Amino acid sequence: MMEYLKYIGQGLIVFGSLFLFLGALGIFRMPDFYNRLQAGTKASTLGAMSLILGVGFIQPEWMIKSLIIVVFIAVANPLSSHALGRSAYKNNLKPFMKKKMDAYEKVAEILPKEEDRL
Amino acid sequence: MEWYYLIAIVFISLALLLGFIRLIKGPTAADRVVALDTMSIIITAALALMALYFDRYIYVDVALIYGVLGFIGVIVVARYLERAL
Amino acid sequence: MSGKPSAISQWVYAFLLFFVVWYAFTTSLEWAELITGAIVAAILAFFTYKMSKGGMTIYSPLKLIYLVQYFFVFLFALIKANLDVAKRVISPSLPINPGIVEFKTQLTSEFAKMVLANSITLTPGTVTIDVIDDMFYVHWIDVETEDPEQAYMKVAEPFEKILLKIYG
Repeated sequence: MMEYLKYIGQGLIVFGSLFLFLGALGIFRMPDFYNRLQAGTKASTLGAMSLILGVGFIQPEWMIKSLIIVVFIAVANPLSSHALGRSAYKNNLKPFMKKKMDAYEKVAEILPKEEDRL
Repeated sequence: MEWYYLIAIVFISLALLLGFIRLIKGPTAADRVVALDTMSIIITAALALMALYFDRYIYVDVALIYGVLGFIGVIVVARYLERAL
Repeated sequence: MSGKPSAISQWVYAFLLFFVVWYAFTTSLEWAELITGAIVAAILAFFTYKMSKGGMTIYSPLKLIYLVQYFFVFLFALIKANLDVAKRVISPSLPINPGIVEFKTQLTSEFAKMVLANSITLTPGTVTIDVIDDMFYVHWIDVETEDPEQAYMKVAEPFEKILLKIYG
């Protein structure tokens, strides 16, 4: 039984590090900020989750703490990327588009600026 | 060293390198922050892997705290870019 | 949600939340640790129980089943999203067609909206940029449709139909 857990853990670690690499490759290759955000958030979230879960599988006593890190990453990572995306838009960073499709533009203009809201 | 550590370390170093290039190059501040965010997640995972390699449980706590602090840092920078701090 | 929950159920909810967090950070089964955690959680819950809106009402067995179902739907979407991103990143021509679309949600609870926004961020090709009242603004890496109705069907529908059952 322990042997199988170990093999699952090793598989998860390799899979996770591969996705971490793909996430960073996305950060490197994508043409603009928003697409980098996409690649960076998704791939690195799954990569880190699966790698840390793999560590938990190899050392079963560490499972609880690695599960905490996994849950934390799953909750915190989309939050931080959402905050970054909105702040970049408010900071007048226009998304790169092949054909103009920007439903947020009209809203961002009428919204009160943050400094007025505070 | 077992084979999976080797593969994981190669991928993680390449990922950190690519993230670092974007961190230096990134045309705007937001690009740099998103690179930094991804790098901090990669380092969290790498710390967990280090805990396994050196067989030290305390490093897992280090990874947890690093993840929390990285998250807070990114949120703070995002709010700052939004001119809300 | 059926009426306002009683103070006891709100307190129990807050207590369980704090106690689980305590256990998560200590991860030890020693009696001293558990008792200290219980006391701290009880005191904190006394100060904060008014903030929990639903109390224990979210823990009906049926809702737990939906939560599990949500988890699996989410996990499947997460893996699909990553394979999708990986495919785009690796292919030399970078097949992307990005844009920002909007759609309307039927959810009313703020927490449920947060869960939906997070799920959208982690699923294929979409990042939530902003949520204003009940409008979601989503950056989509490969826009298939600009119409809010159809965008809703493609991006949010599978999650929202489960969340509606849980948070009503």
